[in-house]
Amino acid sequence: MLENYLPILVFIVIGLVIGTALLAVGYVLGPRKPSEGKLAAYECGFEAFEDSRMKFDVRYYLVAILFIIFDLEIAFLFPWAIVLDDIGLFGFAAMGIFLAILLLGFLYEWKKGALEWE
Amino acid sequence: MAELTELLWIVAKIGAIIGPLIIAVAYMTYAERRILGWIQDRHGCNTVGPFGLLQPFADVFKLLLKEVTVPASANKFLFVVAPMLALMPALAAWAVIPFADGWVLADINAGLLYILAMTSLGVYGIILAGWASNSKYALLSTMRSGAQVISYEIAMGFALVGVLMTAGSLNLSDIVNAQAGAFWNWYWLPLLPLFVVYWISGVAETNRAPFDVAEGESEIVAGFHVEYSGSAFALFFLAEYMNMILISALATIMFFGGWYSPFTGIPVLGPMFDWVPGIVWFLLKTAFFLFCYVWFRGTFPRYRYDQIMRLGWKVLIPVTVVWLVVVAVFHITGFGPWY
Repeated sequence: MLENYLPILVFIVIGLVIGTALLAVGYVLGPRKPSEGKLAAYECGFEAFEDSRMKFDVRYYLVAILFIIFDLEIAFLFPWAIVLDDIGLFGFAAMGIFLAILLLGFLYEWKKGALEWE
Repeated sequence: MAELTELLWIVAKIGAIIGPLIIAVAYMTYAERRILGWIQDRHGCNTVGPFGLLQPFADVFKLLLKEVTVPASANKFLFVVAPMLALMPALAAWAVIPFADGWVLADINAGLLYILAMTSLGVYGIILAGWASNSKYALLSTMRSGAQVISYEIAMGFALVGVLMTAGSLNLSDIVNAQAGAFWNWYWLPLLPLFVVYWISGVAETNRAPFDVAEGESEIVAGFHVEYSGSAFALFFLAEYMNMILISALATIMFFGGWYSPFTGIPVLGPMFDWVPGIVWFLLKTAFFLFCYVWFRGTFPRYRYDQIMRLGWKVLIPVTVVWLVVVAVFHITGFGPWY
């Protein structure tokens, strides 16, 4: 059972090795002539006005929070979808109630304007 | 000793996947430029080698020989780690892809779950790159890309639940085998709305046109990798194109019958094409979806960000939830020839 996952582990390690190797080749083969202008953050030729780690819109947070709820829902749906044949009507009804509650929440967000971007 | 040979065997198989994959990425960039050229009534690259066929190699050597700059104000460690974190999941996801009947490196039961986990990890590379660069364009692009990718991941996840319900398995080979038969048995027909949602989300997940606000070269000049150069940029480029090929391969596996011939079940044509090996069909179908990527890029204008978020949350998610209930009802009642 678990030995099926060994190739995946090896694959991940090889992926990291390839990434490191390509970067290393770039560092070794490429020239290195740093200058102040070259190492400054790019801002269309201007000097950077202020630190770039500035305030950003709270809606990005909101999207991330909503995502967690829906992604959990998908995590619940995956095993349910596999065994739907075995659990039959009871399983279908249970998931229907669960989905209905979540959809109520989704409609509430929608009406509250949490999904609006302008 | 037995373990060592097994390990070497695994490494050899991984090489047989990664090697062609990197060549495929190289020639995907070539094909993209040629096709875009033809769409825009010009030649595209045609000078390096016959028909410009050596252009991708010229690009690779150029990228490797350029200076890798690390901005003075950047967070140096995260700046260097980010491209590796982008490439690793893009590569590792290929471990469970079945290329033909039995041609799969890791035949695991949780294949689809693993794919979703790996594609979700890809966004970390982008977010870290944008944040560590300490540049305004990069940060803007990171915020956009992060919110966009997670929004469309929900729609994609829902669409895939429909496939799972119909196939009854998370194993990608089993999903393909459940579609065995003529092309009207493949899931694109019974699950057509889910396929459309999957494909739109797939294009949005890879940050490609018309959803490429994260790169938006005409407004935020390439976005999260604006500070990257040389081989560090090449890693992001590799990761993006590998993800495109992965999404296309998944579309083939999940909705278009993987390695099965499209002529099965058709009187004269079916037996005529029986000798073609499965991998050829798999590659042809994947190539078709890759062509669609380029086609979209050549013909659609870029979406505005608020339109992207509206499409993801207010159109795709409701459509998939409704169609999921429909598929479940079909499944319970045994309606139609497919369920």
